[in-house]
Amino acid sequence: MCGIVGLFLKDSRLEPQLGQLLSDMLITMTDRGPDSAGIAIYGPATDGRAKVTIQSAKPAVDFADLERDLAEAGLPARVAIKSTHAIISVAAARLADVRSVLASIRPDVRVMGSGDSVEIYKEIGLPKDVVARFDARSMSGTHGIGHTRMATESAVTTLGAHPFSTGSDQCLVHNGSLSNHNNLRRELIREGMAFETQNDSEVAAAYLTAEMAKGKNLGEALTTALDDLDGFFTFVVGTKSGFGVVRDPIACKPAVMAETDQYVAFGSEYRALVNLPGIEDARVWEPEPATVYFWDHEKAA
Amino acid sequence: MDASVKRESLEAMRVFDLASTPLRELNSALHAIAPGTNDTNFEVVNPRGSHAVAVGIDQPVTVNVRGSVGYYCAGMNDGGTVTVHGSAGPGVAENMMSGTVVIEGDASQYAGATGRGGLLVIKGNAASRCGISMKGIDIVVHGSIGHMSAFMGQSGHLVVLGDAGDALGDSLYEAKLFVRGSVKSLGADCIEKEMRPEHLKKLAELLDRAGVKNVRPEEFKRYGSARKLYNFNIDNADAY
Repeated sequence: MCGIVGLFLKDSRLEPQLGQLLSDMLITMTDRGPDSAGIAIYGPATDGRAKVTIQSAKPAVDFADLERDLAEAGLPARVAIKSTHAIISVAAARLADVRSVLASIRPDVRVMGSGDSVEIYKEIGLPKDVVARFDARSMSGTHGIGHTRMATESAVTTLGAHPFSTGSDQCLVHNGSLSNHNNLRRELIREGMAFETQNDSEVAAAYLTAEMAKGKNLGEALTTALDDLDGFFTFVVGTKSGFGVVRDPIACKPAVMAETDQYVAFGSEYRALVNLPGIEDARVWEPEPATVYFWDHEKAA
Repeated sequence: MDASVKRESLEAMRVFDLASTPLRELNSALHAIAPGTNDTNFEVVNPRGSHAVAVGIDQPVTVNVRGSVGYYCAGMNDGGTVTVHGSAGPGVAENMMSGTVVIEGDASQYAGATGRGGLLVIKGNAASRCGISMKGIDIVVHGSIGHMSAFMGQSGHLVVLGDAGDALGDSLYEAKLFVRGSVKSLGADCIEKEMRPEHLKKLAELLDRAGVKNVRPEEFKRYGSARKLYNFNIDNADAY
């Protein structure tokens, strides 16, 4: 089943409430999937800095003295620990070095995602516990997506939780199941993409990353996804400034959207949207099958 | 209505606020109504997208739901009159037996699925699979419907004032489909059929019961089964 949510703010006055609003939306969707939950939030970016979200099964060991060890390895960084996750902030020019340095000094640490603004938190457990563990309610930002999982395609693990991030400031949540993911994964590996799991949704994320690397914008990549991905899907996707939604042509996975002057919101069910400000007067609709919806802060500006 | 009568009718009405009352209390109260009871007027406030609101009604009660509902609202309705003053999630009035269900807003996928009787009126649009496997229900949609609607429809009527999506009436049996706007595509074995006087008469009756004004039955086209898929025929293998 799975429950997915997304919130893209148009009104910057709501930004301090993004984590709170998105957390409540996700918790409302708990009974669509109890296995794992995750949230990605596009927070404030700092000029010249980039950040990497990492996760560890042994945070007390892996995160101890991490800042010092990174500096000793020649990578000055700031480390902010949140439970099993930590955000490593580095000079933007050094972002590409983080993975290789971590591989040598902290080989067990997993990279959840990276970019100028995105932070990704996901763990096994219910949305309310995951949200509390990472204090997601206190986070501010411009847009975010969330997922609560009922596993079908691969194991219930932290890495198998959504959102999946396969490119800088990109992430995806998926409700459904793909049927051509093994073949597509092989093709994407040949193109140079790396995979962390056997999960079908990670393939969808990597597909979009690969297509956008070829010069497509998010909307264009979602359009070709309709031809190249086979199976059931409702995707909600975030990029640094964009937010997209697409459903497969059969469209059996539920989706409801709401738009006001202040935001665009997505929920697997209307229940997820009922606490949003001004929902009574929002335009509420079910996204059409095989139709790409996307919004971009840079285009709007 | 004078003030005293109005007060009396208000007192007879039972209000369930789903923000403070569990859904099961509403549905239990609906199921506990004995035949012949006068206390049959229900108001549901703050549904907030709840699932299974007012399912399993088997008495001629009137239920007004003030807001939008989630999955399976008014499912299995047998004789009740349920009005949703908002939109409905998937499977509204699924397997209705008799009675009337009115959705003032839009309905999500498989509205009226497998319905055996009664009238479902959707004043907005309905999404995909509207009336899938309908078995006697009448459905009137003031707006448009999505793809695969009336798939395997066996009997009953589907009336659409707007447009129909892809594969209308795929693998249709004897449900009768009336569409006023365009049909994106017809499903396997569904064809346009002649509108005869008895169809115009039935359509006029359904439009009237669904509160449709200023629309003439002559504006619709009728679609039905070509009856080529009833039995397996090797020449039709490509259509399966």
